[in-house]
Amino acid sequence: MTIAASRGIRATLLGATAALALAAGAGAQTLTLGVGAPITSIDPHYHNLSPNNAMAEHIFERLVAVDDKARQIPGLAESWRAVDDTTWEFKLRPGVKFHNGSDFTAEDVAFTLTRAPNVPNSPSGFGIYTRAVAEVQVVDPTTVRIKTRSVYPLLPTDLAQVAVLDRETHQNAATEDFNSGKVAFGTGPYRFVRYAPGDRVELERNDNHWGPRQPWERVNYRMIVNDAARTAALLAGDVDFIDQVPTTDVARLRRDQRVAISEIVGLRIIYLHMDRSRTDATPFITGPNGEALAKNPLEDVRVRRALSLAIDRKAIVERVMEGAAIPAGQFLPPGTYSHVPGLEAPGFDADSAKRLLAEAGFPNGLRITLHGPSDRYVNDGRIIQAIGQMWTRIGIRTAVEPMPWTNFIARAGRQEFSVFLVGWGSTTGEASSPLRSLVATFSREKGYGASNRGRYSNKDLDALLERALATVDDEAREKLLQDATRLAMEDVGIIPLHIQKNVWATRSGFVHTPRVDELTRAMDVAPAR
Amino acid sequence: MIVYLIRRLMQSTLVVLAMTVILFVGVYAIGDPVEILISPDADQMERERAIAALGLDRPLWLQYLTFLQNALRGDLGRSFVFNEPALTLIMQKMPATLELAFAATFFAILIGLPLGLWAGLRPEARSSRVIMATSILGFSLPSFWVGLMLIMVFAVQLGWLPSTGRGPTAELFGVQWSFLTIDGLRHLILPAINLSLFKVSLVIRLTRAGVRETVLMDYVKFARAKGLSESRVIFVHVLKNIMIPVITVTALEFGSTIAFSVVTESIFAWPGMGKLIIDSIYVLDRPVIVAYLMIIVLMFIMLNFTVDVLYSVLDPRVRLQDQKA
Repeated sequence: MTIAASRGIRATLLGATAALALAAGAGAQTLTLGVGAPITSIDPHYHNLSPNNAMAEHIFERLVAVDDKARQIPGLAESWRAVDDTTWEFKLRPGVKFHNGSDFTAEDVAFTLTRAPNVPNSPSGFGIYTRAVAEVQVVDPTTVRIKTRSVYPLLPTDLAQVAVLDRETHQNAATEDFNSGKVAFGTGPYRFVRYAPGDRVELERNDNHWGPRQPWERVNYRMIVNDAARTAALLAGDVDFIDQVPTTDVARLRRDQRVAISEIVGLRIIYLHMDRSRTDATPFITGPNGEALAKNPLEDVRVRRALSLAIDRKAIVERVMEGAAIPAGQFLPPGTYSHVPGLEAPGFDADSAKRLLAEAGFPNGLRITLHGPSDRYVNDGRIIQAIGQMWTRIGIRTAVEPMPWTNFIARAGRQEFSVFLVGWGSTTGEASSPLRSLVATFSREKGYGASNRGRYSNKDLDALLERALATVDDEAREKLLQDATRLAMEDVGIIPLHIQKNVWATRSGFVHTPRVDELTRAMDVAPAR
Repeated sequence: MIVYLIRRLMQSTLVVLAMTVILFVGVYAIGDPVEILISPDADQMERERAIAALGLDRPLWLQYLTFLQNALRGDLGRSFVFNEPALTLIMQKMPATLELAFAATFFAILIGLPLGLWAGLRPEARSSRVIMATSILGFSLPSFWVGLMLIMVFAVQLGWLPSTGRGPTAELFGVQWSFLTIDGLRHLILPAINLSLFKVSLVIRLTRAGVRETVLMDYVKFARAKGLSESRVIFVHVLKNIMIPVITVTALEFGSTIAFSVVTESIFAWPGMGKLIIDSIYVLDRPVIVAYLMIIVLMFIMLNFTVDVLYSVLDPRVRLQDQKA
């Protein structure tokens, strides 16, 4: 209280000139970021949400870190290996200290794995990443062995999502204690200073960090949700760096000498899901004259293929997305683990689409209502409008119904739609994530198909996926994942549209290394040489 | 009088109770917060855990009764998103909204009153016509557009003022205020102007109408006939009499400024209550939405209650009518 009060009075007394001088002096060492999505908690185990995870990477660290291309690199663990089919051994980095001076040891890893799934009131927990863990053995202070319930090759991938906390500090720590700063101590490159919900997070450099020294003494992480206001803040020089640059501004910003665009093809695919939960009539597809159909036309692979071929993905990418995406024919972009080489985006072919429809028994076309969110993905409302026009061209009279995400996703989850647009970010950077969640048969016991809102099901695909998830050898697993992906695409389990580019913009004088996983971090921004 | 007060109080309580039902059912009918909040990676088990953790597995009436029970103890639930009491969150944001609303009202009077007076005294002058035409713009231009224009001109092009956000704060009466620091004031100017635009127009029109009506009154003519100076006639006899409706409307507007500063706050990334509510609606943070609306309902009911009581004190007809009823 007294600090804040005296700071205020001082600022009032010193006046504008002093304030300006102060700002200029701090400029060289301070980085101000403007981010589009609010950070809702400092507790790294409370809410599994990209913006929160991005913030957590400043203050906390994981055993396994992930580089800008979503490849695993050593984090708090220097190395790891599978000792046998169900045991992983992690060698920890020695001499690492938490911000409050407490030592980082194997005990902290064991503690972290018990806390992460058990944070009270968590609306989206980290239990999904620790579920495979059966037992944690502390061998010595820098060695930890983790037993899994079954063969589980993805353990390092999962642990790359879980921030490590300190047993001494964080036992019984509540989420509020992190937000207030009382226990916001990690091992990360930045220390927590202040969190104002919906406004900003302030950080300062951790000079005792084991890694390369960060160029910024202080970091202001400001939340500016409105797109236009965020761009304006960058142009006005109030922030040095923004994320989620609106596609409509990209062209203008490219021409502006004061700013530079930084972009990379990301891991988020935009696709159409189709209702496969019904074999009889599906609610939003009727015959060409609005007559009810006896069975669900989406059960026929020729109809699904026709819908896919009738979409001009290049046109969507160029005109609607203004180049901020690449056409997609599978879940992941080239260059990632388990991307299928040679599986290209289906080309636009209206004639084949018409022929397939006729072969399937719909020579006069169909009527479809296409649903999608209007406020979730980049240009989502305009994408489904474009698709509606393309389908109408091959004789499928399409009505388009965009709606707010809050409303849309609840209805999609109840199988209320026939065809709808959704997106998927493969945060792990490999194909098991979309395969397991989007196209595997819905099963509570296995935890498969949780986001399979169309209820697509294919026994062969399930079998391939299960084999892949039980294969520790990376090369053999990649092959199986590629086979499963190819199968899902040939059977048109989903209709892939495009993979988004992640776009950031900096003021000139700053260099940003873009990340495929969409995370916005101060560690990726450096002063230009 | 006491009977009247008791009856009025009971009516207000009933209204509050009815509002809790409407709000609760209304807000809880929209969407599924777990679908919004949960990580897409989550499997079915994790979803079930989250549903239970947020108390959404219980029937609606049970959720409502729990809410009511807690509300009586002053606990309006915990935010799904922040895991903090909803009331605390809103109260933390209130000073930011209050200072914005005060600044906007201040601008409204500072700019609106002189302009309205001018336009009322010289209704035929070209300057008055310009003022009145501009005030129509103030009513009809959407505030999100004006806000963006203000940012583009004063922050991006001219670079005079910061584009968004709230400046550094200082403490007064145990609360953090940003108008106490120079940089805080600079951050306050643009959003306050944007928020005041509608009110400025309102005050101009009210003042002008009042002035035009009042200058024709006998007592003004008499004052002039008495040979009083023109400034005394205007500032004492005219202005004093037109202030009553202006103050009433401005005060009423103040309430809605607090409640509906949503647009300005989200354009200017101003961390106030309006921005909190819009952020909460996007992620279906039900406890915060309900708590916020409850506070607004209480605020308006209390305002109305006070006004009614004052009326009955001032105007015996209201009292008598009520006794007969």
